[in-house]
Amino acid sequence: MATGPGSLTPRRFVAPDPTDEVMEIQMGPSHPASHGTIKFNLRLDGETIVDVDVEIGYLHRGFEKMCEQGTWNHVFPYADRLNYASPLLNNVGFALAVEKLAGITPPERCQYIRVIGGEISRVTDHLTCLGMASSELGAISAAFYMLEAREFLYDLVEALTGARLTVTYCRLGGVMKDLPADMKARTEVALRQVRRVLADCDRLLSRNRIFLDRMTGIGGLSAEEAISWGLSGPLLRACGVAYDVRKANPYLVYDRLDFEVPTGTTGDNYDRFMVRMAEMEQSMRIIEQALAQIPDGPIMVNDPRFVLPPKSEVYNSIEGLMNHFKLVIEGQKVPAGEVYVASEGGNGELGFYLVSDGSGRPYRVRVRPPSFYGMGAVGDMLRGCMLADIIPTFGQVNMIGGECDH
Amino acid sequence: MTPDALRQRLAALLPGAKPFPADAARGEVVILLGADGLEEALRTLRDHPELRLEQLSDLTAVDYLGRTPRFEVVYQLHSISLNHRVRVKVPVPEDQPVVPSAAGIWKAANWAEREAWDMFGIRFAGHPDLRRILMYPEFQGHPLRKDYQVLHRQPLVPERDPIGSPWAPRTPTR
Repeated sequence: MATGPGSLTPRRFVAPDPTDEVMEIQMGPSHPASHGTIKFNLRLDGETIVDVDVEIGYLHRGFEKMCEQGTWNHVFPYADRLNYASPLLNNVGFALAVEKLAGITPPERCQYIRVIGGEISRVTDHLTCLGMASSELGAISAAFYMLEAREFLYDLVEALTGARLTVTYCRLGGVMKDLPADMKARTEVALRQVRRVLADCDRLLSRNRIFLDRMTGIGGLSAEEAISWGLSGPLLRACGVAYDVRKANPYLVYDRLDFEVPTGTTGDNYDRFMVRMAEMEQSMRIIEQALAQIPDGPIMVNDPRFVLPPKSEVYNSIEGLMNHFKLVIEGQKVPAGEVYVASEGGNGELGFYLVSDGSGRPYRVRVRPPSFYGMGAVGDMLRGCMLADIIPTFGQVNMIGGECDH
Repeated sequence: MTPDALRQRLAALLPGAKPFPADAARGEVVILLGADGLEEALRTLRDHPELRLEQLSDLTAVDYLGRTPRFEVVYQLHSISLNHRVRVKVPVPEDQPVVPSAAGIWKAANWAEREAWDMFGIRFAGHPDLRRILMYPEFQGHPLRKDYQVLHRQPLVPERDPIGSPWAPRTPTR
């Protein structure tokens, strides 16, 4: 039943040999290859996986409950900590949802800045995913090269937001601060380095026999199954479905930028790897175009209902002080209603379903975490594969504990 | 299809569907359905050639404490082929929080319904394996209900047998 390397025969499982004993083992919750804590309860026939039960929730922090306790702006730091490989994308996703609910549109310069920050984060997300996944297959040098490339991008994120990971960069109606003056020059240098690293890693991995043997034909899903399991992002595109929220429903300024949506054919781990590799190049193209097109102008909407007044007004006028006080203590009065806004996160469709009752606090914040649905499908991907296939499959699903367990 | 045309088609295809005011949903297409005959309605939404909502993006619940019926189960449906979204909301009463499961229609509903059960205590009739997913089995209560206090403490649970089989006996859902 086990297929040879490179063969793409589907491995959906038939019943185990009744004379063999089915062994039950638990893998995790603390396993070096499970970045984040997760537990696989496995039933094995020899080394073949008969059944998998994936246990999540080890990193559950009550994100949705905590969001209901503060004001709308208090959610941004929590949103950073959902997918900590690409915090800016979560920030942007949440900001877009609240802004739709509040009925405000941020200025154009802010939208470009969000695109630039978001795409930098997408590259760091993919670099983290692929670097870790390849190190788990023994390609430790490729992992270090990718982490090196990620450092160049984290330097950019730091120049932009002041923090590498806990960025809290977006605000309701804008972003915290403008691009640094030398952003264009810095980005050029960083992207040149990232492209060099990616070319190296491509040479090291993409046609490497050992890597191919571990990746091709493993963990595949058909397009119908992937859609039914709620997959999106690179996992769905690897199955050949060219669905990308940025193309299907362009938000921010993605409709003015020229990029492609790479797709795979078989939906196996190797396709997922190649889709992510190709996406990084597309993201870098987007960053370059956005930096070339970005107009001058304000970075926040001028709307005293939602935006804190400048400090000079707070300290020098009674109206400014009152406005500041009301916004900080009572929060922004987002009109009652509900929205579901999807944006393209690092792992797929990052959705926020928000319900407001018109008070200054969110009534309900629901995040649709892409890797939660990815992990739901892992059982189906792995059934019939070998024990060792868990590692590359799990690596390519790119489960991020903070997001999956929210 | 424009949102207005989609709303009209939905009203024609699903006799029990009530549209949700468009301004409160910021122009999104939202319909209210009853729990009776929900499975059939969801199948229509998935399979009808004009709707083809083949993906369940998300399933969650909202607790409107103080309102009757108290809960709402919310399905975010998405058609990749036709590029539109429909949100289905199902009111659920507090004394009998049961909704038919959609796990046989969209596989994504399996985990999402487990989470809604875990967080809100809404049961999904016909779900193959309705266990808690984010919380541990001994957890008491449902944390995203509005009457669950943020600072509420949980009782200590006895240490588990570290080698005991995780498959045997599964905690039955209440």
